[in-house]
Amino acid sequence: MKRIYSIIVENESGVLSRVANLFSARGYNVESLSVAPIDEEGLSRMTIVTDGNEQVLEQIGKQLNKLIDVIKVIQFGDEPYVEREMALIKMHTDRNTRAEVLRIVDIFRGKVVDVSHDSYTIEVTGDSTKIDAILSLLEPLGIKELARTGKVAMIREKKR
Amino acid sequence: MKLTGAEIFIESLKKEGVEYLFGIPGGAVIDLHDALYKQNDIKFILTRHEQAAVHMADGYARSTGKPGVSLVTSGPGATNTITGLATAYMDSVPIIVFTGQVPTPLIGNDAFQEADIVGMSRPCTKYNFLVKDVNELAKTIKKAFYIATTGRPGPVLIDFPKDIQVAKAEFKYPETIHIRGYNPTYHGNPKQIKKVVKAIVNSKKPLLYVGGGAVISEAHKEIYSLAKKLQIPVFTTLMGIGAFPEDDELSLGMAGMHGTFRANMAIQYCDMLISIGARFDDRVTGKVSEFAPYAKVVHIDIDPTSISKNIEVDYPLVGDAKLVLQDMLPLFDEYSTVDWKEVRKPWLDQINKWKNEHKLAYNKETDEIVPQYVMEKLNELTKSDDPIISTEVGQHQMWVAQFYTFKNPRRLLTSGGLGTMGYGFPAGIGAKFGFDDKQVYVIAGDGSFQMNVQELATIAAYNKPVKIIIMNNGYLGMVRQWQQLFYGRRYANTVLDVQPDFVRLAESYGIKARRISKKGEVAEALKELVDCKKPYLLDVVIAREENVYPMVPAGASLDNMLLT
Repeated sequence: MKRIYSIIVENESGVLSRVANLFSARGYNVESLSVAPIDEEGLSRMTIVTDGNEQVLEQIGKQLNKLIDVIKVIQFGDEPYVEREMALIKMHTDRNTRAEVLRIVDIFRGKVVDVSHDSYTIEVTGDSTKIDAILSLLEPLGIKELARTGKVAMIREKKR
Repeated sequence: MKLTGAEIFIESLKKEGVEYLFGIPGGAVIDLHDALYKQNDIKFILTRHEQAAVHMADGYARSTGKPGVSLVTSGPGATNTITGLATAYMDSVPIIVFTGQVPTPLIGNDAFQEADIVGMSRPCTKYNFLVKDVNELAKTIKKAFYIATTGRPGPVLIDFPKDIQVAKAEFKYPETIHIRGYNPTYHGNPKQIKKVVKAIVNSKKPLLYVGGGAVISEAHKEIYSLAKKLQIPVFTTLMGIGAFPEDDELSLGMAGMHGTFRANMAIQYCDMLISIGARFDDRVTGKVSEFAPYAKVVHIDIDPTSISKNIEVDYPLVGDAKLVLQDMLPLFDEYSTVDWKEVRKPWLDQINKWKNEHKLAYNKETDEIVPQYVMEKLNELTKSDDPIISTEVGQHQMWVAQFYTFKNPRRLLTSGGLGTMGYGFPAGIGAKFGFDDKQVYVIAGDGSFQMNVQELATIAAYNKPVKIIIMNNGYLGMVRQWQQLFYGRRYANTVLDVQPDFVRLAESYGIKARRISKKGEVAEALKELVDCKKPYLLDVVIAREENVYPMVPAGASLDNMLLT
């Protein structure tokens, strides 16, 4: 079972290591991890995607809460939430493939952010299934390099 | 007025009421030692190895309930503390370890005696700090003591670079501290407490499972009231020993791998297991899937991560053991008309039957010294003094747990979680610094004792009358026992056939010592040891292949005990 944890942490040296160690010391796997400061001074948000059975996930949640540098733990599951991921994809291109690549990028509402004689660099944003889908279409056309940010997520605001 | 980092260090420790620092000086902490030299409030105890220094701080903390403090130098001084930190971490002991560090501009440069101790100690401390600014020093020390001693206690390390020790700042020690990500839960949820009370009242065969958390939170009086009020039998873990008087009729002694027959059987047949400050360690549960098969489980623990970690729990209760029980006890008043002795009779009768079926026993027919006999004799001689017993790890540790009758908490010092050989002797020394008026007996194996034997110098130097009893069988006995029982008697690397002469070794430090090898000598030699006003070492040559029984083989269920 997959789960996304979004945690608010003190922006201090060693915090990433404490969180990473929590997983590695127990043999839990981190599928993706993204960290960046948030608007409140001195704090960062970490978004961690992990995998495990119910018991493992419960332990992870408790262990994260126990870390002194962790201020808040949000687990995404039952409540509706939005998740996004961004990917930069560098494509080999030539006369024959350029148009096809552009068509796919267009369908996925991506952007070409860099061009050379034999390459396009594409930016695409969406949930992970969307990123997976565009990658599977671009794959046969020749991916040169790929960078994915990992997920970030937020609970949807309640509608009136 | 501005003070140097070293002076702030001293003033902060004074504010925390620190009496002793255990450690060894070095290049990166000379300034701190210079500041220590100029004052008389805090005494520095010079040990012979940093690991022992941390164990001493640990033994001081476990026996007194106050935090223990250690000060060592950078690099090797710091790395030597790791085993001590890990030991304290596993058993939730509040200690603060200060390590010297190379000057901040050199950090990361592989400078002389530099080690990334903050990185290394991260997994075996509750928290750790690198002080980067002298203005933050006092606050950091305050935080360290606060984190170490509150919630589920544990070791905290402060890495203290040399340039910060001489830099100056205004000294202001914070009165209180708030850490936004750290808010331990002390009081149990009142609704859940009510539910638990109901469940306990309705159970037929309840059983109290008391762990180290009960000792730490000093919940022994509340546990006693609960047990007596509702006539609930009690077993403890190794770490919980002393939280319930072992001479009480409701006491079943220790449970687990080397627990009593009656305690292990009671676990397997109880219908309500009430765990207080224990964490369902594999040495207690045996095979998890067959542990307490008929029981609903209540788990009171201050650490939510301990709950439902190994065993599915029916009634989780997060909170401090003492406070939760204080909230719980009045709720039983409603049932005060019930004759609990009568209600409990069938269950207690069954337990008494188990009690008489397989008592802890040993061979009384031999001329050799059987270790269990030594423990019984020591118990007879010393029980009225309520002494502190510190053990190493192995067979002798289990014999102490089985054959010494503990009646009060903080009297048994033993490395339960990490199982650190080399812990007991220095921990006993630390306890002796905490209690000048109490006898401290170190019970060691010949193997374990040699792991911190250099501390004979420390008790000699400070003339601390710590009494050492070595249960000498010339083996790494516990491993040998496993080899005998489960590895076809192939004693691979467990025979200690080259040994020092412990008597002459002790005497070379000016410590009185004696060796005995006949049963007839035990009582008189122990008396001499007890009465001696100075440090004393007694080398007891015991029956070489004596085993610890009962024994639940690793991975078996608790009712599969080897009894002899």
